[in-house]
Amino acid sequence: MTRVNSRMAGLGFTAVAVLLTSCSLVGEDDAPSSAASEVVLVTHDSFVISDELIAQFKQESGFDLKIKASGDAGALTNKLVLTKDNPTGDVAFGIDNTFGSRALDGGVLAAYDASLPTGADQYLLAGDDDQRLTPIDNGNVCVNIDESWFAEKDMAPPADLEDLTDPAYADLFVTPGATTSSPGLAFLLATIAEYGDGWDDYWTRLIDNGTLVTEGWTDAYQVNFTQGGGKGKRPIVTSYDSSPAFTVDGEGASSTSALESTCFLQVEYAGVLTGAANPDGAQALIDFMLGPDFQAALPESMYVFPVDATAPLPQDWARHATRPAEPLALDPAEIAANRDQWLREWTDVVSR
Amino acid sequence: MRQPPPGRRLLGLAGLALGPVLVLVVFFVVPVVGMLGLGLRPEGRFDIGAVLDVLSRPRTGRVVWFTAWSAAVATTASVVLGLPAAYALSRLDFPGRRLIRALLLVPFVLPTVVVGVAFGELLGESGPLARISGGQGLVGTPVAIIAGLTFFNVAVVIRTVGASWESLDRRTGEAAAALGASPARVFWTVTLPALRPSIVSAASVVFLFCATSFGVVLTLGGVRYSSVETEIYLLTTNLLDLPAAAALSILQLLAVLALLGLAARLRVGAQASPGREVVRPQPISRSDLVPVAATGLLLVLIAAPVGALVAGSLRVADGGWGLANYRGLDEAESGQALLVPVTEALGTSLRTAVDATWMSLLLGGLVAVVVTQRSRGRTEQRVRGVLDGLFMLPLGVSAVTLGFGFLITLDEPPLNLRDSPLLVPIAQALVALPLVVRTLAPVLGSIDDRQRQAAASLGAGPLRVLATVDLPIVWKPFVAAAGFAFAVSLGEFGATSFLARDEHPTLPVVIFALIGRPGAANYGMALAASVVLAATTAAVMLAVERLRVPSVGGF
Repeated sequence: MTRVNSRMAGLGFTAVAVLLTSCSLVGEDDAPSSAASEVVLVTHDSFVISDELIAQFKQESGFDLKIKASGDAGALTNKLVLTKDNPTGDVAFGIDNTFGSRALDGGVLAAYDASLPTGADQYLLAGDDDQRLTPIDNGNVCVNIDESWFAEKDMAPPADLEDLTDPAYADLFVTPGATTSSPGLAFLLATIAEYGDGWDDYWTRLIDNGTLVTEGWTDAYQVNFTQGGGKGKRPIVTSYDSSPAFTVDGEGASSTSALESTCFLQVEYAGVLTGAANPDGAQALIDFMLGPDFQAALPESMYVFPVDATAPLPQDWARHATRPAEPLALDPAEIAANRDQWLREWTDVVSR
Repeated sequence: MRQPPPGRRLLGLAGLALGPVLVLVVFFVVPVVGMLGLGLRPEGRFDIGAVLDVLSRPRTGRVVWFTAWSAAVATTASVVLGLPAAYALSRLDFPGRRLIRALLLVPFVLPTVVVGVAFGELLGESGPLARISGGQGLVGTPVAIIAGLTFFNVAVVIRTVGASWESLDRRTGEAAAALGASPARVFWTVTLPALRPSIVSAASVVFLFCATSFGVVLTLGGVRYSSVETEIYLLTTNLLDLPAAAALSILQLLAVLALLGLAARLRVGAQASPGREVVRPQPISRSDLVPVAATGLLLVLIAAPVGALVAGSLRVADGGWGLANYRGLDEAESGQALLVPVTEALGTSLRTAVDATWMSLLLGGLVAVVVTQRSRGRTEQRVRGVLDGLFMLPLGVSAVTLGFGFLITLDEPPLNLRDSPLLVPIAQALVALPLVVRTLAPVLGSIDDRQRQAAASLGAGPLRVLATVDLPIVWKPFVAAAGFAFAVSLGEFGATSFLARDEHPTLPVVIFALIGRPGAANYGMALAASVVLAATTAAVMLAVERLRVPSVGGF
């Protein structure tokens, strides 16, 4: 009996100790800073900002930056639409040009006429007349090829989308799915921009030629691509125009390259949320994101290109990440009107 | 002994159940109903036509069918593979037993994206399996999905069934053997019926986990196979087709309810009669050959993906081997893709897990007590039955629905909780709750109520009865449940990723961010961080196993 009691006491003691020490989150509620001094950024999982930049923002604007990141770009936009009446923050970052129309139609953003750095106005979303979405970064989704693989096989690499359906390249292409991945969706849109109504026929030929469709970019690039971390078997993959900068060997040459004619432009936007508790702070943050220091940090922190044409690029990027002169594009209104239908039809084609 | 009047008993029942029910209503019923409401009443009035339209789509039928049969096969595989191991690890004595038991829980906490990568390396077209067989690899096939589901869930069977097997009175079996029954006959007629409640409990939880699994189906099935859960995810986060998502959610809820009802019926009947002491494990004898061999096979099956992970984490940039990936984990500067140093993320994960564990144990303990006390009268029995089912429901609802529900319903006083730092542990506790209840309830239910009555008639108060009758028997399953809750919380990614992560991401979130970035270094670091997560879990589980040592024979 006493042993039971002493054990009970031990249990109780442990429980109390656990709660009192730092082993718990209880009682760790951050001291709520007043709404006027804090700006809350709602963004997606891939958002990265250095502590130095956060401190710099605080110093320049006087606002504390609080970041709420969760989900991917699609989930972010839908979340903003659902919480429109009582937003979870002041400013949003990470809505891209494929979801931009939904955010505009949902009325989740307030107009803010930020002054744009050199070259940024080309990324404004068509149809966003009172500038609710401010472009912050961009990147192209392109088919990447492993040049060293093709050189070793003494084989000419594919040059465009049509080549991917050539039996010579059977079983060599891997792409993330359009329904589950944002580069996957961009690649689908690239094929729609190229083939118009014939896109589903193109995809049928693509699948018949042994294309592997994975859930996300990770499975496609890291696991199945010959130059990915897992050393897969397929030398052709859907990735970004910046990816070749990450396959640089000891001598400074990249073993991969992006096919220019397959690229689809993705732009990420920021916007002030309607009903923001701190609209001034939201605008200050957008200005800061357009500023030279944040823009210059984008390639290293989020693997995207700055919208500021004058921002310096890392050496490997400047050398190996060639930008397509005229990427494939679709009217945002057309994407908005058809995306759901396209995705359903696409699912039917690939799961046939 | 004087019996309290039935009215008072029901009142007492309500008192015990009040806390857990309140938590469930705020953190489950309100958000889910809010989300379903958005889907079912898009224009402020019920649109039943849209729901029927979704349910009659041919795609819906395919998705439902695939969910049902893949979960059923994976559950069967988990039970068949798990039972021999449960026996070997709870009844046999051999060196390394505790270590193996701790290691077997590792798959349970690995983030699905990492398991997807590990299976991809093993089963994919460039993996050893495809190389040997010359085939195309298994990723993107139902075989890969079922293997993944089994890999994750076999530990549930081993732990849940093992906890009852450990304290199963061996004298009944010995009596049968003395009367001439063969070992097989003893197993089928004595052991198996006695274990039935815990097997059914484990199987029903595993089935629910499989049927609502999200990451495994997505990463291992490619886009070719969809389950109800992945379909809801797609409809909600991508297409914003809330009526369709609501229709599927309701279908899922109804199916879970039906399943729980069935499991409850199967559980009653034979009751295990746990001895008050753990039966001392026996050395391996010749008759244990089959279970020992089966356990060995299981170990190999589970070690293979984990081994692939460890090997991947040790591969460095120049094609050689080394610890570079591990060294990178502590420096936030080494590639800015690291949100925070992994050590810090691990700290956040551990603290979150501590909270999630005590929350789920507190709630689960109360629920288990409430649902297992002997009922007097129909009404009471029915109330307990409903409560029992109610707390299993969180398993049957998509994390997306719950996560979005939090955002739209917990946003105003008095329920302005969506920014609370405790929301993540609470969500994780809800995920772990069914597992805790299902681990505790069969044992509590098998305690002979007459023991409690005897204690009470000898003058023990209710607390004393709990401490002297229930606790000595429940102690071990309680620790097992704590281990589960801790592990669930450490590895939980689905619900966590839908809640705001603030500046303090948990380790699975950091791993997910790392693995989604280009560059071989990030990939290697993601694998290294996964190994750290797995090793931490194994260490915690080992500590829990050690904790149990003094309790053996202590009561």
